[in-house]
Amino acid sequence: MNEKNNSLLVYTLIYFGFLYIPVLFLPIFSFNDANYMSFPLAGFTTDHYEEMWSKRNLHKALWASVKVGVVASVVSTAIALLAAKAFVRYKFRGQNVSYGAIMMPFLIPEIILAVSILIIWINLGFPLGLVPVTIGHILFCTPFAMLILIARIEGFDFSLEEASRDLGENAWGTFYRVSLPLYLPGIIAALLLSFIISFDEFILAFFLSGSDATLPMYMWNQMRFVKKLPHVLALGAVIIVFTTFIVLLAFWLRNVGQGKEKKDIAIKL
Amino acid sequence: MNENFIQINGISKHFGNVKAVDDVSFSIKEGEFFSLLGPSGCGKTTLLRLLAGFEYPTNGNLLIDGSDITALPPDKRPTNMVFQNYAIFPHINVEQNIKFGLRKLGLTDDEIKKRVDDVLALVKLEGYEERFSGQLSGGQRQRVALARALVRQPKVLLLDEPLGALDKKLRDEMQLELRTLQKEIGITFVFVTHDQQEAISMSDRVAVMSEGKIQQLSAPNELYKNPENIFVSDFIGETNFLKASTKSKDGDQINVAIEDLGDFKVKNNLNIPENSSDVVCSVRPESMMISRDKSDWDICLEAKINQTSYLGEMTRFYVEVSGINKVITVSSQHFDNQSFENNSCFISISLEDISLLQKK
Repeated sequence: MNEKNNSLLVYTLIYFGFLYIPVLFLPIFSFNDANYMSFPLAGFTTDHYEEMWSKRNLHKALWASVKVGVVASVVSTAIALLAAKAFVRYKFRGQNVSYGAIMMPFLIPEIILAVSILIIWINLGFPLGLVPVTIGHILFCTPFAMLILIARIEGFDFSLEEASRDLGENAWGTFYRVSLPLYLPGIIAALLLSFIISFDEFILAFFLSGSDATLPMYMWNQMRFVKKLPHVLALGAVIIVFTTFIVLLAFWLRNVGQGKEKKDIAIKL
Repeated sequence: MNENFIQINGISKHFGNVKAVDDVSFSIKEGEFFSLLGPSGCGKTTLLRLLAGFEYPTNGNLLIDGSDITALPPDKRPTNMVFQNYAIFPHINVEQNIKFGLRKLGLTDDEIKKRVDDVLALVKLEGYEERFSGQLSGGQRQRVALARALVRQPKVLLLDEPLGALDKKLRDEMQLELRTLQKEIGITFVFVTHDQQEAISMSDRVAVMSEGKIQQLSAPNELYKNPENIFVSDFIGETNFLKASTKSKDGDQINVAIEDLGDFKVKNNLNIPENSSDVVCSVRPESMMISRDKSDWDICLEAKINQTSYLGEMTRFYVEVSGINKVITVSSQHFDNQSFENNSCFISISLEDISLLQKK
């Protein structure tokens, strides 16, 4: 009767193994004293990390990715905040259509988005570079940011805004003194996740960046030379750690100061 | 005292096809504890929100202390509100919540401190300045909401079912406290509730609302003793309705035939016309007497007890009068369900206690 069924546990372990073991190879080989990714390991070294630090092009690409990521996350979070507020707070004509329109880049294949922007951009006669990449990333990040913010704002008690108006604050004062502080964890979470999405994004950058490589583009370029592989592994390991930290921070922030039932809504979304 | 401190002139508020408030006009006196009472969806909260400025009327205008506030936004009105869920700002503490509305009043730091200290003492919340909303009980949150509104010294305090979320004992205490507080500070209170007992026990005057209209506006005892229509009679307290028809008038009284009981002469406060069959007689359960033996009251009927419910301070009897297929509710403080043998009893009615009402 009380026999424990372990098949679900086994399934779970296999699933996580499949998911994380390949990712774990990256940091392992990044400390391996060899140019090839193969066992047995040849010995411990931090040379690859030192090599990584010395690459000028890598610095340039990193800086490009940071610039694109910051602009794209700030702009898409701002758009997403206004849209999320409108979707939660008001019922209006065309609500579902405009919601669908904003979510569209989330659903259509990224390569199609990239090709479309490329064609328009070239036909307009503008040069490729970080500007079209940023625009593409804004389109791509906005639905993510909006989902996070909708989850946050849905748990928001709008009588707090009325109370603020009642206590003598105008609409701006109310936004600044009541809404913003209460949305803030959600806003920061949206900023961080948008930044990470932009930072990791490859396809749009591949089509639109021209000669201004972003970090994923730089990695892809380096992969063609066997000798350059190890420092890309080191870079990959650093990015994994950095990204994981930011995503955890974002998820933690998303639920800060919310009750349990509100957390459930956030997870559903 | 200004008799027309708040003037509500022909106010309507439509949401699509729904007339939440339907051409309502009345005045509220300065310093009055005024209640808007009615079932949910009757328009009482909409009317309060119109006064606060969260909604704007479809028609009509609103005046407070002589100035027209119809088009003013909430932050420019001399009103403050205690919200149903209190709406305490969760990211700032009690003291900052109370100070929230003082920023734009141009007070000095000393004045702000004095006002905050005074209002904390008024609502008995000294020592809770540093607490956050999540660390307060329902009753304490209610006091914070009250303090936050009163510290601005509004001309009118609006209260949207502020006691609804409290348990019964605390609610009874807060009713008394609110009443005392209002008399002490003398600010006009407009109080919204669906609880008739709450409205009756606290208010100077009550407006009973239904379907967007005022059904009756009067002092609580008038509301209870002299309801002007069936809705009010049914909504305030409990009552028995008996079918009837009017015959000839006799001064300020009128002869009525009450179905199955016979002809009687009753008071006619509402000036109901002769020979009308669209009337009912209302008799309160507690105005009737239940007894073991026949009485010499105006009407005395032999009856059988169907069911009883014991309420502590009184017992309610559901009796079936012999020969009439109708259950009548009678309450008594003297008898309980053990008092009657074979469930047989007499119920007595005094003609004074019969209210004659017109059907719609």
